[in-house]
Amino acid sequence: MKIVDLTVIPADDRTAVAAIAAEAQVNFKDCYQCGKCSAGCPMVQGMDLMPREVIRYLQLGKVQEVLNSKTPWVCAQCGVCTARCPQNVDICATMRAVRHAAKDAGITPVREADVFEDEFIKNVRAHGRSNEQYLAMKYNLRSGHLMQDVDSAPAMFARGMIGIATHNIDSRDEVSALIDRVLQNNGAAKEAPKGGDAS
Amino acid sequence: MTTYSYFPGCSANSTGISYTKSADFVCKKIGIELEEIPEWCCCGTSAAKLTSYDLGYALPSRSLALAEKLDASRPIVAPCAGCYAALKDALVYAQASKENLEHVRDMINMPYEASVQVMNLLEVFSTQEAKDALQQQITKPLSAFKVACYYGCALVRPVEVCKFDDPEDPQSMDTIMRLAGAEPIDWSFKTECCGAAQQMAVPKPSRVLIERIFQNAEANGANAIVTACPLCWMNLDMRVKAINKERAEAGKPAFDLPVFFFTELLGVALGGDAKTLGIDVHFQPGAPAFIDQKVKESAQIEEERKLAAAEEARKLEERAAKLAAKKQAKAEDVHSPQGGEQ
Ligand code: SF4
Ligand code: SF4
Repeated sequence: MKIVDLTVIPADDRTAVAAIAAEAQVNFKDCYQCGKCSAGCPMVQGMDLMPREVIRYLQLGKVQEVLNSKTPWVCAQCGVCTARCPQNVDICATMRAVRHAAKDAGITPVREADVFEDEFIKNVRAHGRSNEQYLAMKYNLRSGHLMQDVDSAPAMFARGMIGIATHNIDSRDEVSALIDRVLQNNGAAKEAPKGGDAS
Repeated sequence: MTTYSYFPGCSANSTGISYTKSADFVCKKIGIELEEIPEWCCCGTSAAKLTSYDLGYALPSRSLALAEKLDASRPIVAPCAGCYAALKDALVYAQASKENLEHVRDMINMPYEASVQVMNLLEVFSTQEAKDALQQQITKPLSAFKVACYYGCALVRPVEVCKFDDPEDPQSMDTIMRLAGAEPIDWSFKTECCGAAQQMAVPKPSRVLIERIFQNAEANGANAIVTACPLCWMNLDMRVKAINKERAEAGKPAFDLPVFFFTELLGVALGGDAKTLGIDVHFQPGAPAFIDQKVKESAQIEEERKLAAAEEARKLEERAAKLAAKKQAKAEDVHSPQGGEQ
């Protein structure tokens, strides 16, 4: 069992927890540690902290443990935890908020999950739509899983499911401008101090 | 004839081609028209939300605004469960407050009222109008199909966004399958996650999700799994081959369950052939043969049911005739002078 020192919680950590709580719109004090979220989570076999533990660490202000955890990156965003929590704690949104906070701090404990998300948005930014075959290819190249799912590709080609042609929309410039605008604004907003006390 | 604004989604012409073809066939048959939203863009799915909350709202909102421009009085239908969830989530967000709506308008830089309704395809087929039309048009009841209706996550969660069916034991697909003559089985994995995009990003812990879904469907007596989402369908139908290989190495029996879109099976019940419905391009190659086999068995079952019903009717008639004869005899007995002793 790990020993957690609760005598000192740096102010920075408190602020970081408050920011996560504000983004996820969760009051971590609501959680009474029943464990229902962990019990229903389909991805626990890949997690280093149970969903319940993520919430517990945040309650205690131990944000570094959570930012370095694989759990939010292994989470499939299925929403079972949130749907079943008797205290209406949005655990699923917390996982998202922790991912954002970790990424901002330059921590990506499961690189592949980060690469996938990144390539997905790039793909949409370039074409206005997601082109599955190119997404899979780029993802495989960047993640280093070169052979993943390639045995299914010939079947997809033969059946006309995927082709060489990319799907573009005429207004793809509008879509790329929209993505840039939103992400730039988000970047600016992050400079501003965040309020709220939830830890 | 009801017309909907149609949001096909990025997989409509690729991995979800069978869903598109079969939905198209069924809609035409029962008088539902789908008009594609011009210049719709990717809904962003969970990747956009994981990148930034705002992006998760802005991308789908752009298509919602375009749908309003097309015809604000019509609901949007999004057959893909992931698209449906993203669109509806963005709609619910914009409807929650004036500030939210303003924020979305600023982000998408378009006129937008957050006024169009968003529906999934199960919802469309659950309307009385669609059900009545289906009932009339079904020529080949699916009597030999024992189906595990698999809803996955995005049709029912988040609960406060979707609000369309029970989050733990949804019934809409079961009802539609029953209408088509199939028998939906009771099982525990209706709304379990298929692993979604994590099947690519973190395949190791994700594979078992698929395995458990097959296991539970099989253990509860299903002979097919039915879905309403192209990503669920692909994760199940494409990845079961690798899972079966691993099971073989571990000395476990292979799963032998084809995976269909609910529209494919509806299409079969409405007389469509495998090619028209896209059943010939499944990853599991046995799907068309399975359909042929089960359609034959269904016809047999129907024939037997008809014969049994006729036999039942004949027996009833016979009984009624006997009863009538008895009554007659009794009446004659009472009225005959010989039998009239007091
Ligand atoms: S289900 Fe809710 S109350 Fe129970 S441990 Fe999880 S977050 Fe806490
Ligand atoms: S949303 Fe994530 S943490 Fe919650 S149950 Fe699903 S996989 Fe587990």
